[in-house]
Amino acid sequence: MSSTTLSAPATAALPRTARRALAVVLGLAVLLLPAFADEYWLNSILIPTIVMGLAGIGLNLLMGYAGLVSLGSAAFMSIGAFSAYNLLLRTPWLPLPLALIVAGLIAAVAGLLFGLPSLRIKGFYLAASTLGAQFFFEWLFTNFAWFSNHSLTLTISAPRLEIFGIDLRPAPGRYLLVVATTALLYWLAANIVRSRIGRDLMALRDMDKAAAVIGIPVASRKLLAYAISSFYAGVAGALFAFAYLGTSDAHSFDLDKSFEVLFIVLIGGSASLFGNFLGAAFIVLTPIFLTRLVELLGLSAVFDNGFLINLEHVLFGLTIVVLLIREPDGLAQMLRAIRARWAAWPLRA
Amino acid sequence: MSGTTTPDALLSVRDVSLSFRGVKAITALSFDIARGEICSLIGPNGAGKSSLLNLVNGVYWPDSGHIVFDGHSYPRLRAHQAAVLGIARTFQNNALFRNLSVLDNVLTGLSRHGRASVASHLLRLPAARDEERSFRERAEDVLGFLHIAAYRDAIVGQLPYGLQKRVELGRALVSRPAFILLDEPMAGMNDAEKAEMSRFIFDINRDLGVTVLLIEHDIGVVMNLSDHVVVLDYGRKVGDGTPAQVRDNPDVIAAYLGTKH
Repeated sequence: MSSTTLSAPATAALPRTARRALAVVLGLAVLLLPAFADEYWLNSILIPTIVMGLAGIGLNLLMGYAGLVSLGSAAFMSIGAFSAYNLLLRTPWLPLPLALIVAGLIAAVAGLLFGLPSLRIKGFYLAASTLGAQFFFEWLFTNFAWFSNHSLTLTISAPRLEIFGIDLRPAPGRYLLVVATTALLYWLAANIVRSRIGRDLMALRDMDKAAAVIGIPVASRKLLAYAISSFYAGVAGALFAFAYLGTSDAHSFDLDKSFEVLFIVLIGGSASLFGNFLGAAFIVLTPIFLTRLVELLGLSAVFDNGFLINLEHVLFGLTIVVLLIREPDGLAQMLRAIRARWAAWPLRA
Repeated sequence: MSGTTTPDALLSVRDVSLSFRGVKAITALSFDIARGEICSLIGPNGAGKSSLLNLVNGVYWPDSGHIVFDGHSYPRLRAHQAAVLGIARTFQNNALFRNLSVLDNVLTGLSRHGRASVASHLLRLPAARDEERSFRERAEDVLGFLHIAAYRDAIVGQLPYGLQKRVELGRALVSRPAFILLDEPMAGMNDAEKAEMSRFIFDINRDLGVTVLLIEHDIGVVMNLSDHVVVLDYGRKVGDGTPAQVRDNPDVIAAYLGTKH
């Protein structure tokens, strides 16, 4: 938010053709990555980062752009996961991409219903009401075995994961499924936030009373924000269940998972799309990094495992607090500052 | 003037009363605003001026009486409906979308004219792109008219106050309203800024043909700019006429301007 008043946008650092070339190179790199990255990288780092980044986009559209709140992101992820499971199982003729879309739409309808209180209440009270979704769906999917096809453990795993007859179950297949879906949804989100609809959402975030006076349909925009946000959460949930976890149940989408999505938005940066992936990378990588750090310092010999896990939690929380004090607008803003500096070099931005 | 509607009135306020929990803000108020004029609403703090503006654009509903706009009577006008009818407004304390750019703020003023569907915006279909292009052209016209084109990409919350006031005026103006309500557009400005803003209001009225209802405390500005002045005191009308008539009205002098010399 600083130093933007009259300076040229930082994207002007590179000419348009150079930026396009860079995008093509990056795109190829992302697509060819499975040829170089090993199973561990794909399974434990890249897939969860991209999927959780997608979930972050969902919440960011609601929170960062429209100024509404939700503490129930994981609930809508679980709706997407359980819907996709049942669609793949019970409608064998439905191809995977369509099953993902329909699962997202089912989550969107649920999001719209749980967004209705936003027409009456705001802030903390609204946050509390979205917690209702969190507890309701965890209860629903635990207590009604139909949703998990009466499996004894109440778990779900992908009945099939293929497209045009290509089996997507090996790690590179799951990676490409996740990348392609996320790229498409990222493009749609970028279109929406730059359009009239996106401006309407940001207007009601900044001052809803003025938005109403200039003729923005506040109520329907709020519900639209909940629906779109939940669509993204739903698709991300289905991918999280099938492309990352493999086997999951209602408790894979508990309140902790909702908070994780919330942290991704806060760390990555409010009202940013790309920032969600920075936030997700932070959430995925920090625990791995801290584990390695503890090993490296030789502490694992001194303390038992339970203590180390607690220590990780403490360090993790501390990192978030420090980061948010240093840069309240998140990692995306840090990146923008670096780009602005790069653009102005050798002058100081 | 009260009681009958003048033939060319754009707005008629008819016997309107408003109270908040028993405290009367406006009492049996009636007046007309002719099409094409600049009408100023003056009176001491708490006289009910802002409340009246909120009635005219549907933020409040009157306890009794009604608002007649363009020949139609509205006992209960809604804010959104007022916008559709072509009533635009600015607020006493800026009500801009502070994290958006100047251009985006002005563009939001066009939102209700958008016809392209959500789906076509999602997919950037031609309908959405055409809408965006025509909105952009209209917004650029307004930015040029108000001399703020140079700030189009600046974040509005970071601009000086005087420019913010102009952006808010642009947001109201971009939808080409028939009637614009300005709540103290010159509050906190120095004389040069006031002169500039007066000029814009004059141009909006004469060049764009917009009828103006203005709340302003600076009597000099009011007397120079207005075709018509309505004076309120404790929610009642104490004066209504041309600037000269109002200046010489003894009730107005007693109630508002204070005793002369």
